[in-house]
Amino acid sequence: MIQVSTTINGDEHQFVCDPRETLLDVLRDRLGLTGAKEGCGTGDCGACTVEIGGRPVCSCLMLGAEAEGKEITTVEGIADGEDLHPLQVNFIKHAALQCGICTPGILVATKALLEENPNPTETEVRYWLAGNLCRCTGYDKIIRAVMETAAEMRENA
Amino acid sequence: MAFDEKTEGFNVVGTRPDRPDGIDKVTGRASYGADASKAGMLHGAILRSPHAHAVIKSINLDKALALKGVKGVVTRADFAEGLTGENWNVLENVMAGEKALYDGHAVAAVAATSQLIARDALKLIEVDYEPIPHVTDVDKAMQPDAPVIREGQASKAVPAGMHPNVVDYHESGHGDVEAGFAEADLVMERTFTTEATHQGYIEPHACLATLGGDGRGELWCCTQGHWNVQKICAALVGIEQSALRVTASEIGGGFGGKTAVFIEPVALALSRKTNRPVKIAMPRADVFKATGPTASTSMDVKIGLKKDGTMTAAWGEFRSQGGAFPGSPFSFTAMCAFAPYALENVKQIGYDVMTNRPKQAAYRAPGSPMAAFAVESLLDEMCNQMGLDPLEVRLKNASKQGTKASFGPTWDRIGLVECLEAAKEHSHYAAPVPEGAGRGISCGFWFNHGGETSVTLAMSEDGTAQLMLGTPDIGGSRASMAMMAAEELGIPYEHVRATVADTATLGYNEVSHGSRVTYASGLATIEAARDTVKKLCARAAAKWGIDEDAVVWRDGCAVPSGPNAGDFDPLPIGQICRKMGATGGPIVGHYEATPEGAGVSFAVHIVDATVDRETGATSVDRYTVIQDAGKAIHPDYVEGQYQGGAAQGIGWALNEEYIYGEDGRLQNAGFLDYRIPVASDLPMIDTVIVEVPNPGHPYGVRGVGETSICPPLAAIANAVSNAAGVRMKDLPMRPSRILDALDG
Ligand code: FES
Ligand code: FES
Repeated sequence: MIQVSTTINGDEHQFVCDPRETLLDVLRDRLGLTGAKEGCGTGDCGACTVEIGGRPVCSCLMLGAEAEGKEITTVEGIADGEDLHPLQVNFIKHAALQCGICTPGILVATKALLEENPNPTETEVRYWLAGNLCRCTGYDKIIRAVMETAAEMRENA
Repeated sequence: MAFDEKTEGFNVVGTRPDRPDGIDKVTGRASYGADASKAGMLHGAILRSPHAHAVIKSINLDKALALKGVKGVVTRADFAEGLTGENWNVLENVMAGEKALYDGHAVAAVAATSQLIARDALKLIEVDYEPIPHVTDVDKAMQPDAPVIREGQASKAVPAGMHPNVVDYHESGHGDVEAGFAEADLVMERTFTTEATHQGYIEPHACLATLGGDGRGELWCCTQGHWNVQKICAALVGIEQSALRVTASEIGGGFGGKTAVFIEPVALALSRKTNRPVKIAMPRADVFKATGPTASTSMDVKIGLKKDGTMTAAWGEFRSQGGAFPGSPFSFTAMCAFAPYALENVKQIGYDVMTNRPKQAAYRAPGSPMAAFAVESLLDEMCNQMGLDPLEVRLKNASKQGTKASFGPTWDRIGLVECLEAAKEHSHYAAPVPEGAGRGISCGFWFNHGGETSVTLAMSEDGTAQLMLGTPDIGGSRASMAMMAAEELGIPYEHVRATVADTATLGYNEVSHGSRVTYASGLATIEAARDTVKKLCARAAAKWGIDEDAVVWRDGCAVPSGPNAGDFDPLPIGQICRKMGATGGPIVGHYEATPEGAGVSFAVHIVDATVDRETGATSVDRYTVIQDAGKAIHPDYVEGQYQGGAAQGIGWALNEEYIYGEDGRLQNAGFLDYRIPVASDLPMIDTVIVEVPNPGHPYGVRGVGETSICPPLAAIANAVSNAAGVRMKDLPMRPSRILDALDG
């Protein structure tokens, strides 16, 4: 077992884990942060996406031990208290989720996109999200929600 | 049962409020199948056959049991004996008996203190297999020399002399097809094939089970129907139905694939064996190998067409394999094939065939998309050859109210003509086909379903309402149900809390399938709300000392029905409910029934696509879905169903397929090699909601979930064929196939 210290959603965490455990396993099974989902465990679906150092990462492809000293944001850390992030608001408003299992990963990934590129084209959004599978929506309402959020955030910036 | 027909003047229905589970789902709080845990919980893992077909000679568990942290192992011996019919089939699928029937078939399961230990333990189980010949192709499985999956499975309907792998047969139609073909100016016959595809829900199956030696248990799982899970699991582990309480978690997609049970009985058996709660979360590879998929098909269709576009006759033979068990949707394929058309002469035949593949599960309009692919492709080719407009030909032959359907019934009010007219008027169809692109259209049909339904609506003392539903919310249905309850009660949508109740707290509810939820649970919600309103009115009548019949409900208040009834101020719902304890007790409305008026639905899709002649890749450039919803309760989620069905159909048409090797093993059990559409593959998907009210629902609702996947296979195949200049008759139209066809 390995002892690890890390920061998740601004809070300090310490945990022990098996060297083979993924960060996703640690988040879900050891820390009770079940917002990140396991859709595949092989880096193909993006449901497990978390943000580390401003970049979206598949937490199923990273070992728990590698979280040492990192700053991690999960879907649980996107809202500011009771104030939802504009992406969260618009995902609800535009019905950008049906079952919602892909939503945590897509929100984390798009938040990172908008921080890097506040004015993405539709094509840029589509390619940025190409690693986040959604089987329910056909992506249409997701793309609209992201574009709308980007416009809103630019206006309010 | 008489229904009113309220299609206008709504306050809540037809608006687009935020869904009640929205915040939970965007903040990560919503609890799905794999998100629950219990103190002392063990993790389960399942060992699966690497062979397509093999006799299981022995299983040695000693080494696995000796591993530290392993608490128990189960095999077939740990399940009920003496089951028959579908219960036996499900058990045989959930845990193999004497033979492994497909690559991925479960043979044993372990419970251990961690998932890593459980998976390590699987490697220590020694199974002695004797591989035997296998078959995975539907046509080959019908050949005289095909290996027999299992003797004695054929139903009485199967014609004599067929291979034992042919287990069921369907035949329907009317008129004289030969005479009809003789009248035609052009008769064409073609053969089409489709590969098996997976529902591809992003949430793998997961459950958490507790079962004690007293035969009482609790089960938490992601399912489309927890009463069905209760019924099957109780039978498979040999306990009483009511002793098992099943709670449906939030569900991360199902599309039919979560109407079946796979891991739940195994988790229960492991829990009973270890006397600990056991959680199983399926690895994605297992989801591909051992759950779902849909059937693969091989189909011959023949149509006769006159120069003026009249269809004189249609005939089809549809062969469908559903894995190593009876139950492929062969009869639905046959029945849906020609349903859009008013035909004097029509005949369809279907065969259900067993192969060494996983037991197929329902996938969105099971069987229908394949049929539409064959029929609508052939129709397109014939229109091209005869210089006829494909939309006009469809309009000319379209089924309408009073038409005798290809499979027997006479249509009530249906909306196909309205959909075709809307397509004709749509800017997409009016626009010229872009240079280098091809355009395709297709109709699609699905039956829709009612089914056993039970809903309870309980008033709170502050005048808000708690709505208990039994159909898992797979895409926003709690919002729609709350809207219908609010509409009837005359209270704000936000004042209704809709909950999916567990099996111990509500009457039986059939699975969320067959596009039945907004129809059947919606109808039951409306009736439960009306029952509640009646009781609310009775309280007002008692207070006013007038007859119950002299009170009506208006805008959330009891009011006297007219000047003769008496002069009383409106009594708001909140005031009635505040006093309910002293005026007769809790106010609860309910409704239980098996509604049978689910109106069928039709759709028309229009696609523009281009084909890269160098790589064979297809690009879907423009896509429009037009579908009859009867009445859209929450239009956002109706559009979502249209778009989602189209996207799945695009995947089925272009990329998705089960690829089996010579060894009968699945070669692409992961999202990397089984490629579902990603955001960059798709255009925006335009939608048109047509509303031709269903006479069988108080507001006119028809199911919308499934019909949307019926037209895309053919619509895209027609677009691609027209773009490439060659007819594509086999799905998926992967790049290599398109290049071969272009070289052809
Ligand atoms: S679970 Fe990590 S990418 Fe699918
Ligand atoms: S909303 Fe279900 S997978 Fe995206």
